[in-house]
Amino acid sequence: MKQLTISEKLCTSCGACVSACPFGALRMESVAVVDCNLCTLCGACVDACPVSAITRPESAAAVPVTDVIWRDVWVFAEVEDGHIHPVVLELLGEGRRLADQLGERLVAVLPGHETQRLVAPLVVGGADHVLVVDRPELACFQDEPYTAVLTELIRRHHPAIVLCGATTVGRSLIPRVAILANAGLTADCTALAIDPKTRRLLQTRPAFGGNIYATIECPVSRPQMATVRPKVMKPLAADPARKGEVRLDQVADALLAARAVRIGYTAEVSNTANIAEADIIVAGGRGLLKAENFRLLEDLARELGAAVGASRAAVDAGWMPYSHQIGQTGKTVCPRLYIACGISGQIQHLAGMSSSDVIVAINKDATAPIFKTATYGIVGDVVALLPKLTEAFRAAKQRA
Amino acid sequence: MRMIVCIKQVPDTADVKIDPRTNTLVREGVRSVVNPFDLYAVEEALRLRERIGGQVTALTMGPPQADQALRDVLAMGVDDAVLLSDRAFAGSDTWATSYTLALAIRKLGGADILLFGKQAADGDTAQVGPGVATQLDLPQITYVRRVVSVDQAANAPGGALVAERLLDNGHETIRTSLPCVLTVVKEINEPRFQSLTGLRRARKAVIRRWGAKELEADPKRIGLDGSPTRVVRIFPPKLRSGGVMLQGSPDAMVAELVGKLKDLVGKAS
Repeated sequence: MKQLTISEKLCTSCGACVSACPFGALRMESVAVVDCNLCTLCGACVDACPVSAITRPESAAAVPVTDVIWRDVWVFAEVEDGHIHPVVLELLGEGRRLADQLGERLVAVLPGHETQRLVAPLVVGGADHVLVVDRPELACFQDEPYTAVLTELIRRHHPAIVLCGATTVGRSLIPRVAILANAGLTADCTALAIDPKTRRLLQTRPAFGGNIYATIECPVSRPQMATVRPKVMKPLAADPARKGEVRLDQVADALLAARAVRIGYTAEVSNTANIAEADIIVAGGRGLLKAENFRLLEDLARELGAAVGASRAAVDAGWMPYSHQIGQTGKTVCPRLYIACGISGQIQHLAGMSSSDVIVAINKDATAPIFKTATYGIVGDVVALLPKLTEAFRAAKQRA
Repeated sequence: MRMIVCIKQVPDTADVKIDPRTNTLVREGVRSVVNPFDLYAVEEALRLRERIGGQVTALTMGPPQADQALRDVLAMGVDDAVLLSDRAFAGSDTWATSYTLALAIRKLGGADILLFGKQAADGDTAQVGPGVATQLDLPQITYVRRVVSVDQAANAPGGALVAERLLDNGHETIRTSLPCVLTVVKEINEPRFQSLTGLRRARKAVIRRWGAKELEADPKRIGLDGSPTRVVRIFPPKLRSGGVMLQGSPDAMVAELVGKLKDLVGKAS
């Protein structure tokens, strides 16, 4: 049976492994002891041990090594409401860096219909190559045909890396593809790098609601697949002079069959932006006291061109719809500016927004945990402060 | 109608604290609970059973103590439960987990509807629902916020299900043939509490426990060996640099804040 080995000779019973274990599987007796029922072999203790007393069993090759050469970095070109999704340009920016480091090509993969006008932004955004499958059955995202087509393209062309936005579409599609392609997949990455020695993709992602980070690799299987959170990677400056090749692939009709079919679509009617994509978010919590006060928040959002978010407390109170909820049970966001109004900052809320660039907290309770995360904090009555803030931003804009 | 709900036991995030000195998770005294998202899946299965009849089985993979998670949902009203527990499963990533759960679902004779929470609160990957669907070659609807209808007669053999999927920019209505996989979001329902009779029944319930042998699992596809991904490093997040508390009258603080944010806000608009 595979389990950790702890060298009694080397262990100094310092306890570093016990506090490093995210699963509470280690305890200290005369030396460290592992509870095999709790241990997931994650390896956190191996890194933490200052005297290298802990070793982890090596895994046998999960997939037989073939003589196929896997190369190139692929980005899935998600289309939303007829446009290239902004996360695709972010991934092309990051993918460009990875492809250059590997000395390989950056390929945008575009399944869809009437795709001609979608190719240019991909090339301008950094792609050397755009791989297109154009069929009426692919006019909107549907899990099965998109899975079948992407899997078929991977089998045909053998990419080393496949990247996709961690959007609703990406998080539904890519796990299916990873199973069929026998590939390792890391969800919701916030950092990517190439190990210069092994040329493997190092994929870093938050877990436990952002309380720890893990770096993950695929030692053997290919392609190496990752979904990446929107707004984390930086797009390249658009270069209209960039040239790229377009390749149109054909696929068999059988791949386009769908048992789950879209029969209706309703865009959310909202006067403010989608929180997952917003550069600025103003979010309200219990401290706003009542639903009507969200209008004050919407006024500020309109002034800033921001999206409106809400804490779980505000959603549970019925002040805002669930689609605006930020936090562990809602959406994860990382805008450039997050203004938390009357939100105390429970760990579950912080999990959804703590990677924002700049955080402003306004709360009447000076001891609220949100202030520990905030870049700028104001202790005060948020209902009174919001109109002042809106007015002050308006005045500043007029002066500028 | 046969339904299987896949659940996961996770540490209670409400209990998770960070040790301010070492900046690591404090696990001592942290309770294990049913992944909160899975409770919505359990509730939806129970509501479907109330609407159209049938049987609900809960399935989990985990250490022996994950037995308690199954008893928790038995107390909500689930009919029976299966625990997949074996040292050979340790170190499973989402690929190996999907494979193992799919074997168990086949051994159970399959189901008309398989339900999952949208993701687990510890790993947050959202991969196992779609992974199991693919292992079993089933259609899926992820992020379901409402099951509109289930019609076992529609275009037989399995029937059809219509549900609304929550998207980033709205929602879509999807019709799928049965059997199918659903992953559900919090908006779909309000999970019920455990009942006294349920708790009594759950205490006495015999939970089937299967390991790699019972599942006739391919040893190369389970546990660490069956997992294409490897964790190479785990580390705490960078602490945010200490923030600035603004001082003075409300007007002075507002003016100072607008000054500090001027460049940031100007760039966005």
